[in-house]
Amino acid sequence: MTGAVGFACLTIGLLAALYAAGAGAYAGHTGRREVAVSARRAIYCLAGLLAVAMVMLESAYLRSDFSYKLVAQNSSTDTPTFYKLTAMWSSQEGSLLLWAFLLSAYSSLVLLATRRRLRDIAPWATAVLGVVAAFFLSLMVVFGQDPFARLAAPPAQGNGLEPLLRHPAMMIHPPLLYSGYVGFSIPFAFAIGALIRRRTDAEWIRATRRFALIAWTFLGCGILIGALWSYSELGWGGYWAWDPVENAALMPWLLGTALLHSVMVQEKRGMLKVWNASLVVGTFTSALIGTFLVRSGVLESIHAFGASTLGGPFLAFIAVVLVGSVALVISRLDSLRTEARLDSLLSREAFFLLNNLVLVALCLVIFWGTFFPLISEAITGSKESVGPPFFNRATVPLALVLVALAGIGPILTWRRVTASTLRRALTAPLAVAGLALIALVAFTGAGRSGPSLAMFTLIAFVLAVVGQEFARGAAARRLVSHESWPAALAALVARNRRRYGGYLVHAGIAVLLLGVAASSAFHAQKDVRLLPGQSTRIDGYTVTYRQPTAAILDDRAGTGAPLSFGAVVDVRRGRQHWVMRPSRNYYAATDGTGGAIGRFFMGDSTSEVDLRWGLRRDVWSAIQPDLTSLIAPIRVADRRFANAPGRVQALIIAALAERYRTHAPAATFRFIVSPMIAWIWIGGAIVLLGALTALWPAPEARRRRATSLAAARLGRELSRA
Amino acid sequence: MDYAIALAVFALAVALVVIGPLRHGQQGEAAEEARREDLEAAKEAKYREIRDAELDHRMGKLSDEDFRTTDRELRSQALEILRALDELDSGQAETRR
Repeated sequence: MTGAVGFACLTIGLLAALYAAGAGAYAGHTGRREVAVSARRAIYCLAGLLAVAMVMLESAYLRSDFSYKLVAQNSSTDTPTFYKLTAMWSSQEGSLLLWAFLLSAYSSLVLLATRRRLRDIAPWATAVLGVVAAFFLSLMVVFGQDPFARLAAPPAQGNGLEPLLRHPAMMIHPPLLYSGYVGFSIPFAFAIGALIRRRTDAEWIRATRRFALIAWTFLGCGILIGALWSYSELGWGGYWAWDPVENAALMPWLLGTALLHSVMVQEKRGMLKVWNASLVVGTFTSALIGTFLVRSGVLESIHAFGASTLGGPFLAFIAVVLVGSVALVISRLDSLRTEARLDSLLSREAFFLLNNLVLVALCLVIFWGTFFPLISEAITGSKESVGPPFFNRATVPLALVLVALAGIGPILTWRRVTASTLRRALTAPLAVAGLALIALVAFTGAGRSGPSLAMFTLIAFVLAVVGQEFARGAAARRLVSHESWPAALAALVARNRRRYGGYLVHAGIAVLLLGVAASSAFHAQKDVRLLPGQSTRIDGYTVTYRQPTAAILDDRAGTGAPLSFGAVVDVRRGRQHWVMRPSRNYYAATDGTGGAIGRFFMGDSTSEVDLRWGLRRDVWSAIQPDLTSLIAPIRVADRRFANAPGRVQALIIAALAERYRTHAPAATFRFIVSPMIAWIWIGGAIVLLGALTALWPAPEARRRRATSLAAARLGRELSRA
Repeated sequence: MDYAIALAVFALAVALVVIGPLRHGQQGEAAEEARREDLEAAKEAKYREIRDAELDHRMGKLSDEDFRTTDRELRSQALEILRALDELDSGQAETRR
C-alpha cells in the first residue's frame, strides 16, 4: 500500500509537472490568465504529492519494512531512529525524491509570492520549473530510480546505514545543499521568462533576488556543514579535500556570489544585463552539474553514489538547458545591450565587474581541476588527476584579490567616487592593515608564509572597512536623530538591511578565510605508533597514550556501532592538562566477511575523533587500533561458536574485546594541532547572520491614494519610510 | 490494484484543482492590480536608492555636487513611478464611475 501510494504520487506528479510546463508556456504565449493560474496550481499539487511520497517512504524506514529495496539496503532494525530518517537521502533514489520535493516546495512558495506580479514572465517561469521538475521525476518514474521498488524476497534484517553517514550532520547537510541547488532554479526560470518576453528591466531581479540569496545561503551553509562533518568525523583531520563533489558545490556558490553582486548593478544602473543573464544560466547549470557528478560515477568521490545509468539522461538535460539558454541569450543581445556606460573606474559598478571576473576565473580554475581526469582521458587516453596542490596554488592568488575587493567595494559609491573621498575612506583601514602586518611579522610566525601573511593583512583591512562603515553610518544617523550609539547602530541596520547585512557577510567571509589561512599554513600533524604508557610531542604538547578502551554497544557518538576500540590519551602543555578519548567504531559485516564472531571485527569501521576546540587552536586526535592480535582467537571462536545462541556469541565478543583492552598492542595515532580553525565556523555563523539581516523583510510599504501633488507625497513617504 | 486506485484518486484530485480556473474562467489577479504590485515594488526600490544616496552623502562618500545630481535623478524617477501609480488609481476611479 505504501509503495503503491508513493509511486502513484510520483506518476501523477510527473504528469502535473508536464502539465505545468505545457500550460505555463501556453499561458505565456497567449496571455490567458486562467491557464497561467491553472499551471501554477499544478506546481502546488506537485508539492503536495511529493510531500505525501516523502511521508510514505519515511514511514517505510521507520517501520523497518525490508520489503522495500531502499530500506533493506540502507537501514536495519538496530539503526537508531534519527538515522533511519536520514537514510532516506543516503541513496540515489531517495535523494532524487528529496531534490524533487524541495524543488516543488520552493517553486510553490515563489509562485505564490509572485502571483500578483510579473504577469507576462511568471507563466514562462512556471513552464521552466515544470520542465525541471519533470526531468527529476522522470528519473524516478521512467529511468528506473524508483524509491518504492520492492524486493521479491525481503530479508529479515537490513544492511543498516553506511557507517560513514552516521553523523548528526546527515540530517541537514544534504537538505541544505539540495535547497541551494534547487533555489538557483528560481532566478533561472524567471530569467528565461524575462528573456523570452524581452523584459530587460530589473523587475524580475527584484522579484527573485531574495530567493537567489536564500539559495546562496542554503548552499553556503550546506558546504560549511559538510566541511565541519569532514573535520570531526572522517579521521584525516581536514575540512576540505578539493573532492570533485565538494568542488561541484563550490562552483555554483561562487557564481551565485557573482550574481548577487552583479544584479545590483542592473537594478541601480541598468548595466551588466548580459553578464547577469549569463551568470544566472551558469549558476543553474553548475548546480545541475554538481547533482550530475554525485550520481553518474564519472569521477571518483567519497560523496558519490557510485556508477549508475543516470549519466546519459543528466548530460542530455544539462546540454539542453545550456544550449537552449545560451541560444536565447544570444538571440536577445540587442535587447540586453545598454546605453549606460561606466562613469569611472573608481565606482562600485566597475569593481563589481572586476568582482565578476575574479569569481568566474575562480570557478573556471576549479572546473578545470575537477574535470581534468575526464579531459586528460579524452585527449591522452589515460585519466590523470590533479590534487590539492594544484587547487591551492591556483586559487590562493585569486582569493587574495577577492578579499581585497571585499574591502574596497563597501567604500565605493555608484557612478564614481572622487580621489579625495577615496583617500579619506581608505586612511584608517590601511593604517589598521599596516599595523596588523607589523604585529604579525614582529610577534608571530606568520611571516613564514607569504600568502598567509598577505591574506591576514587583507583580512584586517576588510574588517577595518566594515567597522568603519558601521561607525560612520551610525555617526551620520546620530547627527540627525541624536540617538545613543547603540540605538543609532540598531536603527541604521534596521533601515538599511541589505547594505549592512551585506557588510556583515563580507566580515564573515574575512573571518572564515582567517581560519582557513591560519589552519592551512601553520598546522602541525603527527602520525605515530604508541604503546600504552608511551608519549610523543607535537607543537609544544606532550601526548601520552594512557590505556586502551573497549566498549560493547556503547559508542560515544550514538551511532549504534556494536564495538568500539579506543584509547585514553593524556595531553599536557604547561599548566594545561586534559584527557582525550579517540576511538574507532566497528560495524558487523553484512557481505559474509568473517564468521559469526569475526564479522563484528572485520566489517566497516569509522573513526570517532576527539577534538578540543579553542579560539586560538584545536587539538585533534584519531586512532587506528591494531586488531591483528585478535585474529587467531577470532578464528578459533568462529569455528567453535558458529552455531551458538546469540547470547553466547555476545559473551565471546565481549571477552575478545576485553582481551584487546588488557593486552593492547601498539596503536597508530594521528594528532593535529590547527591554529584558529574555529574561526572558520565562527565566520560562517557571521555570514549567516549577515544573510538573514539582508533577507529580513522591511515593514510593508503603505499604499496611499493620490490626494496631493506627487512631489509632496514623495517627500512625505520618504520621511516615513 | 492499490496502485491503480491511488493513481485514480490523485489524478482526480489534481484534475479538480487544476481545471477549476479553466472552468470558471478565473482571471487571477486583475491586470491593474498586478501592475500596481510591480509599481509599488519599483517605488520601494527607488526609495531605498534615495535613502542609500542620502546615507552615502551624510557619511561623506558622495560629494555635494554628486549627491545633488544623483538625488535629483532618483527623485525624478520616483516621481514617474508615483505618477504611474496615480494614473492607475484615476483609471480605476473612472472605470467605477
